[in-house]
Amino acid sequence: MAALNVESNLTAPDKFYEALIDAHRGLTVQQSQALNARLILLLANQIGDVGLLCEALSHARQGIDDAPAGASEFSSETKGHP
Amino acid sequence: MAIDYQKLSLPYSAPAECRAAGVARRPVIVVGGGPVGLTLAIDLARYGTPVLLLDDDDKLSSGSRAICFAKRTLEIWDRLGCCSAFTGKGVSWKTGKVFFRDRQVYAFDLLPEDGHCHPAFVNLQQYYAEGFLYDHALAQPNLEMRWKNRVVGVEQAPDCVLVTVETPDGRYRVACDYLAACDGSRSPVREMLGLTSEGQVFRDRFLIADVKMHADLPIERRFWFDPPFHRGGSALMHRQPDDIWRIDFQLGWDADPVAERQPERVIPRLRAMLGDDTPFELVWCSVYTFACTRMQRFRHGRVLFAGDSAHGVSPFGARGANSGVQDAENLAWKLHYVLRRDAPAALLDSYASERECAADENIAHSTRSADFLTPKSEISRIFRDAVLSLAEDHPFARGLVNSGRLSTATTLADSPLSTPDADPFAGAMVPGAPAADAPVIAQGRRDWFLHQIGGRFAAVHFAENAEDASTRTFRNALGDEARGIDVNVDALLVTSPGADDAAHAHSAVQEGTRPRVLVDAERLLAARYDAKPGTTYLLRPDQHVCARWRAFDAQALQAAIARATARR
Repeated sequence: MAALNVESNLTAPDKFYEALIDAHRGLTVQQSQALNARLILLLANQIGDVGLLCEALSHARQGIDDAPAGASEFSSETKGHP
Repeated sequence: MAIDYQKLSLPYSAPAECRAAGVARRPVIVVGGGPVGLTLAIDLARYGTPVLLLDDDDKLSSGSRAICFAKRTLEIWDRLGCCSAFTGKGVSWKTGKVFFRDRQVYAFDLLPEDGHCHPAFVNLQQYYAEGFLYDHALAQPNLEMRWKNRVVGVEQAPDCVLVTVETPDGRYRVACDYLAACDGSRSPVREMLGLTSEGQVFRDRFLIADVKMHADLPIERRFWFDPPFHRGGSALMHRQPDDIWRIDFQLGWDADPVAERQPERVIPRLRAMLGDDTPFELVWCSVYTFACTRMQRFRHGRVLFAGDSAHGVSPFGARGANSGVQDAENLAWKLHYVLRRDAPAALLDSYASERECAADENIAHSTRSADFLTPKSEISRIFRDAVLSLAEDHPFARGLVNSGRLSTATTLADSPLSTPDADPFAGAMVPGAPAADAPVIAQGRRDWFLHQIGGRFAAVHFAENAEDASTRTFRNALGDEARGIDVNVDALLVTSPGADDAAHAHSAVQEGTRPRVLVDAERLLAARYDAKPGTTYLLRPDQHVCARWRAFDAQALQAAIARATARR
């Protein structure tokens, strides 16, 4: 499995960044979130390697400073059937 | 006239033990006469182990409940000799469609290849399934069923289980070597032993309705995410026999479970879905929630748990009854071998470990489906809708859509009973896998591979021709003149079509000769098992792959059988 490449790999970094921002122009925050989600899914499929994707997720998450410890979106609970 | 299985009262008569002194002893007591308990009892009885089945009620399933019976379940019931009733009455299907809002986003086929005896699924009301199993159970000489016999006490003694049973004619006690608790998600046996099944409750409610109507729709599973007729929720539709359709609506956690099952609430939902012009009749409805739960261990001494008593999943994926029936067939041969002293009691630990792993797999699928159906956060919903919005034009996204991963047989990976491969093999028939079916010619007639195996260990040898060197070794070890190998092993020789006509003719006329010769009619068997001349598979009595080699070796076979019966 290849390691996540954190060195510059984009053929035209400025052009990509401009295109990324342009893609969101005129969208509401909600629409932008939908676009981002679709983009992530498309790019994830292109990468394919789940190990690599998990590494990317971990790098992305480490950069989020204010995530409360043990934060969870879980709204379910546990129960024991007698 | 067809039997009305919903109204059927199962016969009760006062057990003799209510008046007799002393405690009779049985080899096996099965508690619970649902699909799992009946399958287990029939399987055991057919092995030759006498079974007493106890059930607290005298009725079959109330309502249609489990309706989707998977290919592996049909294969198991086929081995037990009662599958034709299911496939004859049930609605066979293998395709489905997924809709998002007002559009179909994709269609799928669960069994795109030919060459299998059974379809991917048969839809059948649970009361029919139980009724057919009950009819078949009546025909088993080793099987006694007692209805209205409620187990009220279970006590583990060192050498037996003591069971107290309550009947309309009073109480009695009975002892058994082993007790199988197939008594459902609220398992009284589990409670009496102070055990629990724990896990996650999902905060969502679903309305389930059976509707009678004439509809000219293809036979397929249909699933809608956020459809115009039920905004914000999901819906599912399945066809059952007798012009009955199963419709399932996601209601959300805040829905009132009592109000939502009133016809004045249910009928407008159905009307919105089916249109004003389709006459229909509401036959049955219920509101349910679900939990994914599991007992920590499925074996507690002489008490074994199978089906919903041991594990619970969501209905999406049809993994409840189908996994329970797989539990039953896994347990049946092991109990039989242990009771016959062909295996030590430790073999029963492999029931627990194999089926605990299977339950984990089913729970993982079920949990992921539930999280897709009921996103637990705003961002989870955004990703879910992104997947659905991509699926129509981007095939990769269809693999991420999860409206229930439909039940397939579990490969018992890492089973202590399997001999790991020493030779290279490709394909799905790894040790622990449920044996794949394929068309064969047996005794001159077209038949199916899975009809040739099961109930005993089977050594299956793929031959270049019936007289090559490796085949001679196989014949010498396992043929009529066999010495040394456990004769309780079926021996099967697989040849290519046309390769060895003389041998086929020889085998066709001499029924009962070992090894039996099968012709790989469409060369699918060799393809599905990645077999070359010399390849030998050892299959378990429950039709799972146990070991395989590129060349036959009698000692290796013997060792693999010993391992598969916990004798080493």
